[in-house]
Amino acid sequence: MINKTVHSVKEALEGVSSGMTLMLGGFGLCGIPENAISELVRLGSSDLTCISNNAGVDDFGLGLLLQQKQIKTMIASYVGENAEFEQQMLSGELEVILTPQGTLAEKCRAAQAGIPAFFTPAGFGTEVATGKENRSFHGKNYVMEEAYQADFAFVKAWKGDVTGNLIFKGTARNFNPLMCGAAKVTVAEVEELVPAGELDPNQIHVPGILVNRIFQGQDYEKRIEQRTLRNI
Amino acid sequence: MALDKKDIAKRIAKELKDGFYVNLGIGIPTLVANYVPKGIQVEFQSENGILGMGPFPYEGEEDADLINAGKQTITSLPGASFFDSAMSFGMIRGKHVDLTILGAMEVSDKGDIANWKIPGKLVKGMGGAMDLVASADNIIVAMMHVNRKGNSKLLSKCTLPLTGLRCVKRIVTELAVLDITSQGFLLVERAPGVSIQEIKEATAGKLEIPAVVPEMQF
Repeated sequence: MINKTVHSVKEALEGVSSGMTLMLGGFGLCGIPENAISELVRLGSSDLTCISNNAGVDDFGLGLLLQQKQIKTMIASYVGENAEFEQQMLSGELEVILTPQGTLAEKCRAAQAGIPAFFTPAGFGTEVATGKENRSFHGKNYVMEEAYQADFAFVKAWKGDVTGNLIFKGTARNFNPLMCGAAKVTVAEVEELVPAGELDPNQIHVPGILVNRIFQGQDYEKRIEQRTLRNI
Repeated sequence: MALDKKDIAKRIAKELKDGFYVNLGIGIPTLVANYVPKGIQVEFQSENGILGMGPFPYEGEEDADLINAGKQTITSLPGASFFDSAMSFGMIRGKHVDLTILGAMEVSDKGDIANWKIPGKLVKGMGGAMDLVASADNIIVAMMHVNRKGNSKLLSKCTLPLTGLRCVKRIVTELAVLDITSQGFLLVERAPGVSIQEIKEATAGKLEIPAVVPEMQF
């Protein structure tokens, strides 16, 4: 049994420095690594390139890093919910690389799986394909997309064990499993950290080999972005 | 009389067939889930990672870990499954999803679609739209026939940056149902009380009008 546990978020983020490329799991505010983001704010690292499907809201998620102007380049598929983001993008302070969501997911998965590039139909004939190799297979056109190269991946799971095995809950899974093992160092934070043997091996979503450091997260807010209810 | 958004959703719901897996975009498409015809079973996919999506939760039952692609709280139905984003787009690109319904800013008479970017305005991003339109065989666009300025959204060529090429199969607007064919927009049905002349005036792209154009049935 290889123990991946670190005992604080501070220890979990050791080695993070300015100018690095970071992957951050989550869809909207669902399944985001809240503890890692708070620690990134505390560290104050700057000129970061962040790969994440969204960029948070003004006062939560990656919006907290934007407030401190820590992000230089944002790679995302949808960034609508954030006035600070808008202001920095329009002023040219923030570079934004918009990427189709399925392509973003696959660029993470490819990095995880040792695939340097792949062909996808998404974006063919649009500005997303500009400057990229196009190829036709069986009469359909595809765009070549390359795997990401990142320094750290920060993911959040529901449960994990000390060997780094992870289980996610609901739609908080999203990009998190794909980012595990897709960067030089993968840091997983979990709502509940348990000893080895407590999780059923049949139910593991991410095997611990893809995780370098795991820690018990604190004080999850799990904010809901669009609380939508059924009319009775 | 032109349809309202609910009526557009009701008309599109008639396209649902028993056993379909369906991806609904944000806006009018989301409303389609409210009008599934009786006696058929469909499952809704949301690309952030759920099949078997149910209605919005009752107050007190909302779960931060259970949302749709519009980031709204949802519920899951018996038989639902959760999966990661690569699996989700794998089932989309792999054509396992039977029907995609989404909104658009412009559609051309060749089936090109633009729905993600207005140059000079804030660009929010394409989300999953490019993956969806590049892959699905069966794409229905739900939109208004003209934009807020009164200009047609059914064009001979899209003026906005494209989301996908030659992919739309059918369009349902407040005025009409139209199919994309090699002849351009084929007028299939008109909204109750809407004249062919009104539809012609609201359509900038090439419009093929058959001898008989029935009114939509609900």
